[in-house]
Amino acid sequence: MSDIKNIFDIASRGMSAQMVRLNTVASNLANARSVASSDAEAYKAVKAVFKTVYADDVQKTGISSVDVDEIIEVDRPAEKSYQPGHPKADKDGFIYTAAVNVDEELVEMLEASRQYENNVEMVTTLRGLMMRTINMGK
Amino acid sequence: MKSIENHIQAHADALNLRAKRNEILASNIANSATPNFKARDIDFSKALQARMDVGPVSVSNDRHFKVYTGTGDEGAQFRQSVNASQDGNTVELHVEQMQFSENVMRYQTSLEFLNRKFSGLMSAIKGE
Repeated sequence: MSDIKNIFDIASRGMSAQMVRLNTVASNLANARSVASSDAEAYKAVKAVFKTVYADDVQKTGISSVDVDEIIEVDRPAEKSYQPGHPKADKDGFIYTAAVNVDEELVEMLEASRQYENNVEMVTTLRGLMMRTINMGK
Repeated sequence: MKSIENHIQAHADALNLRAKRNEILASNIANSATPNFKARDIDFSKALQARMDVGPVSVSNDRHFKVYTGTGDEGAQFRQSVNASQDGNTVELHVEQMQFSENVMRYQTSLEFLNRKFSGLMSAIKGE
């Protein structure tokens, strides 16, 4: 990955990280009511874990951005329900619904999109400042 | 040339520091969801003082070099959060946004001062 040199590096990394987070939310929501024949096969919600990347090794300047460290599966059992007529039911008549909490995902989506917007807003503001600085003395 | 430099020096330093502070605040905003991230900021008045300080080495002649005694990094410090968060992150978005907009406003003020100084110089040069 390239170094963090200016506001554009900071914001673009931040936006990529939020985008990954939004993608995990999209995957989770798309799989929210999916059904499987066993707990192991059932879809598990995924979450992005962020970490800070500093512009300098000694972290002196305070300039940093964010990267996605890893994407983890949430350790939560699938919802087990008794539906013997279901085509995916196991031999005891149970089906396993994906362990996705839709409310939680929606909150996550709102937060991620707000933070994405914050980054955009920041760049817009500072770009305006840079333009005015370029035109200084005219 | 020296006098022109002296004429605008303070505002130029202020502008530089404001730009740097903007980057630090931008870093904080970008990291508002990172676990264990600690918000940073610089003490503007102290940093500006360090930039303008000539330090213990006195300058008695125009041809002497001024010795810059600042640490160079302007000492980014850690912010104390008002409401602690569960994941150890000390960024509070409202605080950062307010600081950011204040800093942007002050940057524009410095810029405006510089512009005025330049137009003052221009009219002095033209003598109109």
